[in-house]
Amino acid sequence: MLCQECQQRQATLHFTKIINGKKTEFHICDVCAKEKGEYIPGSNSFSIHQLLSGLLDVNFSAGAGEVKKPPQELKCKNCGMTYQQFAEIGRFGCADCYETFNPKLDPIFKRIHSGNAVHGGKIPKRIGKDLQVHRQIEQLKQKLQEAVTNEEFEHAAELRDNIRSLEKSLQDKKEG
Amino acid sequence: MSLQNFISEAISPWMKNEGPDADIVLSSRVRLARNLNNTPFPLAASKENLEAVIKLAEEKFANRTHRKFGNLELLKMEDMKQNEKRVLVEKHLISPNLSDESKAGAALLSEDESLSIMINEEDHIRIQVLLSGFQLDQSLKYANEIDDWMEEKADFAFDEKRGYLTSCPTNVGTGLRASVMMHLPALVITRQMNRILPAINQLGLVVRGIYGEGSEALGNLFQISNQITLGKSEDDIVEDLRSVVIQLIQQERAARESLLQESKLQIEDRVYRSYGILSYSRNMESKEATQRLSDVRLGIDLGLIDNVSGNILNELMILTQPGFLQQYAGEILSPEQRDQRRAALIRERLKLEKDK
Repeated sequence: MLCQECQQRQATLHFTKIINGKKTEFHICDVCAKEKGEYIPGSNSFSIHQLLSGLLDVNFSAGAGEVKKPPQELKCKNCGMTYQQFAEIGRFGCADCYETFNPKLDPIFKRIHSGNAVHGGKIPKRIGKDLQVHRQIEQLKQKLQEAVTNEEFEHAAELRDNIRSLEKSLQDKKEG
Repeated sequence: MSLQNFISEAISPWMKNEGPDADIVLSSRVRLARNLNNTPFPLAASKENLEAVIKLAEEKFANRTHRKFGNLELLKMEDMKQNEKRVLVEKHLISPNLSDESKAGAALLSEDESLSIMINEEDHIRIQVLLSGFQLDQSLKYANEIDDWMEEKADFAFDEKRGYLTSCPTNVGTGLRASVMMHLPALVITRQMNRILPAINQLGLVVRGIYGEGSEALGNLFQISNQITLGKSEDDIVEDLRSVVIQLIQQERAARESLLQESKLQIEDRVYRSYGILSYSRNMESKEATQRLSDVRLGIDLGLIDNVSGNILNELMILTQPGFLQQYAGEILSPEQRDQRRAALIRERLKLEKDK
């Protein structure tokens, strides 16, 4: 699990705070725990994790002050949500966030859904069909590229016609 | 308004049908979370975005006759009074979140109130089917039909790998939450529940009290639902829950049997005490009411109390909540006034049974 503060390091400190009956879970790394200071219990004690991470990562052992934030953060182009924000509120901003944050999602989903990260249920009838057509077009385009590279122009023309007719069928459905 | 008329108008029509195993499973519910493809999720959306979603619901789904659910009525949160919304929350037709937090929320309700489609809750669309008794398969079937019906006219956010995309990562994939509300007094009295709960959790299911997350199990009522939504098919998710519920029903029946055999007098005393208190008290907090009603319901199911109808627990659990008490009184009440009104309503309701 990544630290919920910096999203950089493994969280090594896990604890639950209960204030007025409201439960909040914290998962943070040692560096952020130190920065947060007193409000996190046990953060000043020297842990085995500190020792280990010191051995594993040279930069890390340089100390809290010198660890820099990453230069570019994942940010959804559609709704503007950053990965940091997603981690804080635990909600995606739009469908495109799934694409943007994709590299980081598998471990999150696996933790929540007992090791599963891939859908195994219903496929919507109407969009599902379109998805198949889209996938077919992508495959044909790849073949077309290969055909052109190999100078098989007759075959390429055939593929091109196939792609056009599939694209037209999608277009017609949208308008119809 | 007479109490009888108030009750018949207040109770959702679906509640009047007694479903299978209704002595233990009060209701079955299936919820599907769906979002539109080209609109930010409600959390990140502008008010204009959300109003466009409501407009879509209004134009494509409201006042259309669906062959199973009939006409769907669209209710906009902003047009409703606070207590009207509260009553819908108490009937489990909308969530507190939709009622109070949504920037532009609405709900589509079927006439029998077994179908409710929340618009702009955490997700753009939340389809909920609620049936009486143990009817998980049927609930899933209906919810799927509504999902297909809506999908013909709306572009849902769907990804081949991740399935239906939802605002919260805990709902992604199928977007399915299936749950049952169970009355398990004998398992609680015989102290078996503490042993059973951890086992249920290990199977990937969640057990909660009646008022949702973190609430204690008042009135021996437990809500059991699936946690995992990704990686399994809808049928498998429902089947896993169903098989655990079948086990619980058998265990509860066995515990009731042994209570009757081994401590009939104590049980009889307990349920009649509660019956007496409900029949004559003048001041009743909701917590006590829930516990006493559970006792009376157990007495009915065990055949110890025979002149009261069985659905009194479900009915009074709903009717003695603050929103309903205020609706019946026709005014906003203080907590003390509510306790008095609650006691009076329960007394009157039990008297109706005696006069029968």
